[in-house]
Amino acid sequence: MNTPTPVLRLENIVKTFPGVRALDGVSLSVLPGEVHALMGENGAGKSTLMKVLGGIHQPDEGQVIVNERPVVMNGPLEAKALGIVFIHQELSLAEELSVAENVYLGELPTKGFGRVDWHELYQKTDAILAKLKVGFDAKTLVKDLSIANQQMVEIARALTVEAKVVIFDEPTASLTDAEKRVLFDVISDLQANDVGVVYISHRMEEIFKITDRISVLRDGQYQGSVATKDTDEEGVTQMMIGRKLDLTRKESNHELGKIALEVRNLSSGKAFNDVSFQVRSGEVVGFYGLVGAGRTEIAETLFGLRNKSSGEILLNGEVIDVKSPRDAIEKGISLVPEDRKGQGLVLGMNCRDNMTLPQVDDITAGPFVAEGAEIAIFDQYRDSLDIRTPGWKQDVGNLSGGNQQKIVIAKWLSMKPNVLIVDEPTRGIDVGSKSEIHKLLRKLASKGLAVIVISSEMPEVMHVSDRIVAMYSGRVTRTFECGEVTEDNLVQAISGVSKLA
Amino acid sequence: MKSINVKVLLKASPIWIFILFELVFFSVAGSYLSLSDKAFMDVDNMLLLLKQSAPIGIIAMGMAIIMINGNIDLSVGATFAIAAIVLLETMSSPMFEGLGDWVIPIAWGAALLVGTLLGAINGLIAWKTGVDAFIVTLGSMLGFRGLVFMFNGENPTSHLNWTLVDFAEAQFLGLHTATWFLLVVTAAIWYLMNRTVHGRNAYAIGNNREAAVNAGIRVGPHMMINFMLIGFLAALSAVVFYSESGSVNPNDGQLYELWIITAVVLGGTKLTGGSGSILSTLGGVIAIQLLRKGLGHIGADTSTVNLVIGSILILVLFLDRQINIKGREELKV
Amino acid sequence: MLRLSKDEAIRFLGKQGILAAFVIFMLVFALAEAKFISADNVLSVIRSSAIIGVMALGVTFVVVSGNLDLSIGSMMSFSTIVVLDLHDKIGPVLAILAMFSLTLLLGALIGFLVGYLRLNSLIVTLGMLSAIHGLTLTYSGGKNMDISDKSSWFSFFGQDSVMGIPVPILIFALLAALLGIILSKTPFGRKIYAVGGNGTAATFSGISRSKTVFFCYLISSFCVATAGLIQASRSLGSQNTVGQGLELEVLAAVILGGASLLGGAGTIAKTVVGVLMLGFIQNGLLLMGLQFYVQFVVTWVIIILAVWLDIAGKRGKLWSPLA
Repeated sequence: MNTPTPVLRLENIVKTFPGVRALDGVSLSVLPGEVHALMGENGAGKSTLMKVLGGIHQPDEGQVIVNERPVVMNGPLEAKALGIVFIHQELSLAEELSVAENVYLGELPTKGFGRVDWHELYQKTDAILAKLKVGFDAKTLVKDLSIANQQMVEIARALTVEAKVVIFDEPTASLTDAEKRVLFDVISDLQANDVGVVYISHRMEEIFKITDRISVLRDGQYQGSVATKDTDEEGVTQMMIGRKLDLTRKESNHELGKIALEVRNLSSGKAFNDVSFQVRSGEVVGFYGLVGAGRTEIAETLFGLRNKSSGEILLNGEVIDVKSPRDAIEKGISLVPEDRKGQGLVLGMNCRDNMTLPQVDDITAGPFVAEGAEIAIFDQYRDSLDIRTPGWKQDVGNLSGGNQQKIVIAKWLSMKPNVLIVDEPTRGIDVGSKSEIHKLLRKLASKGLAVIVISSEMPEVMHVSDRIVAMYSGRVTRTFECGEVTEDNLVQAISGVSKLA
Repeated sequence: MKSINVKVLLKASPIWIFILFELVFFSVAGSYLSLSDKAFMDVDNMLLLLKQSAPIGIIAMGMAIIMINGNIDLSVGATFAIAAIVLLETMSSPMFEGLGDWVIPIAWGAALLVGTLLGAINGLIAWKTGVDAFIVTLGSMLGFRGLVFMFNGENPTSHLNWTLVDFAEAQFLGLHTATWFLLVVTAAIWYLMNRTVHGRNAYAIGNNREAAVNAGIRVGPHMMINFMLIGFLAALSAVVFYSESGSVNPNDGQLYELWIITAVVLGGTKLTGGSGSILSTLGGVIAIQLLRKGLGHIGADTSTVNLVIGSILILVLFLDRQINIKGREELKV
Repeated sequence: MLRLSKDEAIRFLGKQGILAAFVIFMLVFALAEAKFISADNVLSVIRSSAIIGVMALGVTFVVVSGNLDLSIGSMMSFSTIVVLDLHDKIGPVLAILAMFSLTLLLGALIGFLVGYLRLNSLIVTLGMLSAIHGLTLTYSGGKNMDISDKSSWFSFFGQDSVMGIPVPILIFALLAALLGIILSKTPFGRKIYAVGGNGTAATFSGISRSKTVFFCYLISSFCVATAGLIQASRSLGSQNTVGQGLELEVLAAVILGGASLLGGAGTIAKTVVGVLMLGFIQNGLLLMGLQFYVQFVVTWVIIILAVWLDIAGKRGKLWSPLA
């Protein structure tokens, strides 16, 4: 069999950001008419690689080669002009405009004097929509569509140009099964037209259903490509997480204390429903599930940022009512939020002030903030968490992701909580800091803290947790004890396959 | 047939319901309180109302596109005053003395050109320096007013041209000249925003700026064109108004921003951009004028009008927020 | 020879450009007009800046918390008119108390609308500008207000001196010291920076955003009342529109001082510098024989330059990369 020329080749792409080597010599080739899966954990470098491909980032080293010609792309438009089309995971639509205007955003057909040629616009869009078999037409306003249908509009955008390569980033995250089938039809149409498809997804069953080859990234490094038919889930998982990782962490060697936090039949709006679990002091409970499964919302409810619709929260056996973060903090509940920069830190503020923010009312001398006491707190946690910063005066915005995250953790540890909730503790930080933070979480538990870890990374939850609560679309599907969890049954529990509760 | 039109209008925006409410309220209240024995909903009174809406209304059309685009312009009142002075100074300039009435198109052209230029200055600064349009126009609100005084000194400029006065006071199909200007501008801006690439891109930019940039829409030039347009319209408004009044005080146009933004917000345009309708903006303009006139009709003075306008602006904001609250389980941040 | 790369130059301009320009301006004026730096002139500049200055202190709180206040000019007219009117009716002490209470009530209303109801501060205060103006006109019946007894001790706040220093300057200095300490040294001040810098992160740290913003507006209205008191005491009579347009000058001073209108940055000390800069520039222009309106144009240019240099310094590029 003679190999066809790849439509797209990446050679030894290196991309560094301050403090992180996001891509470290990544190579990849996409053949015409193939569906090429790109896999890797969160933070493995997939999104950076895609941004390089989409012209949003320029590589520090290495080459992007389209149709055997090296290219330099400055911006998404140049990428699109070369036939590389990117379907974003986050919706980037103008909601007040019609479907047609969104599909041809920036490229509206005209008929002289800058007038929009509506006839042509609607006709071309409807033709694309017909291919996608969607139930709405070109004139529908995007804001009137469901999230899934908005995702279809995003997909329709890819079909407006003579694409050579189409990149799908988690396209099925919000699609129903019927819509998925349509999407897969679209992909096979593209395939039939010799378009190369790059498909990024965490969902194994999809990968094995539609892709021809699988390439894997781990910690910014290329782990190799395999033909899909020559491997299985286990093989891919091993490539993704490496062999060394000890997945079956032994049970804690310290005694667990009393039940610190208990949640009974908790619900909040549409976010989650009838959730019950317990956390003992000295225990780490992991929450695992897909994005949107309702894990973050549970944390926000426990921390007083959301109202519950029903159910009870018990702290040390007593029913408590948490109306605001202030309430939660007073009762000894701390939350290290998911979005470090948006929710965790005031980036323009220095390290010390960020760290002491929740208790600034309490560390006072007379009417003033006691700066000496603040600096003492900062010094203590800088040393114990090994935070690398030139000094407390440094603006938090200038630190690396790992050190920023340690500031947030320090901020909440210094509140001496009974229950510590950490949401995606290692998102977007480098490998070294990751394992440090994992060790830290274990250590905190061994000192008697009740810890909840929410994570989308399977190795992470499996590594740090004593027990794992699996969630799927707002419900707890199963709670695993340390010994009984395997990758297989965990994946099943979060994808809604197993209905065991 | 007429009832269908009304339905379409009501669906377009609640502003028309509000106008209806105002009409009924002032008619009823007026019949008890009014000092004049004339009915509020008198045809002449309503025609006059439309004419009086024109100066604010013409600029409001420009403000609507600026706000749909995601910006704001606080300097329109000063632009209005500068254009008025350029208009009257040109007409009284000895340079054009021999031209007779041919000075009119020159004066109009000069005023409109200056207005457009001032808008272009705002747009260019906002585009090239990256300073937020709000700050840019806050500054030029002061700076342009300074220019007014520099051109004009502290005394009023007057020049009455009777040909112009006749033109301004003319009525065509029952509507005054100023009303026609308002209607034509409304139609033109409606066409621009709903039928042209520029208009649709302006919506897209206000709606989701990042998506627009990613799709290759050039945000800067669109913003610049919109600022030139509002400058042009502020000048046009001055041209229409001062052709008849013939006398401009250097403080004229002060607080126009307030009236105009109130009209546009009342018309349902979102402060965050991306959403808003030109027809509803016209409704907002009429509603404001109706309020001024109606309050006068029932015997309230300017102080009450100021009080009511300010309160209504805040009330509209409040109602908009109440409507958009999604439920008690929302994230509380 | 001093070698600066283009980047470093831009960063320097962003941080110190305005101050450098101001120093050059002062030197040029001092050389051209000796009177400019005479003790008398300096004192009179500060004295005439006091009203703007006092209000700028309050607005700094509002701006650091990430909001705006366009209603202060019209609120100051209200305070002035109220205190002048009540002076003859209930005596100076009660008049001052009543005026402060009423002004604080207005501040609380704005604080409620912006802080607790989360309405857009630009539009709310624009609306309040009009509403309070209407309130003032209704209260005064459109007439000017005058104190009949021109020898009242009420004139102390605007006209007297203590140890050779005019009282308005003393009030400005004391208030600046007090508010400066509150903003930079107390937990409340820290919370204002957090709320203005990242309101969401502040909420996630258990800080009440609503309460913080509310108190900022309350402080701002207190400053406005104080400015109204100085104004009323200085003139012992006033028009309804005495504060009209002052909101722009105050904002100019605050921006000039380097407070970011995005919130989270700015200090009282910098605002005082901004107020003085504006005062001296205006004074210099007047001494040169230029009309008051020239300063409008100059202020315009300065505001834009100040903000431009600030963001250029932060992005490291002079021109915006916007296509």
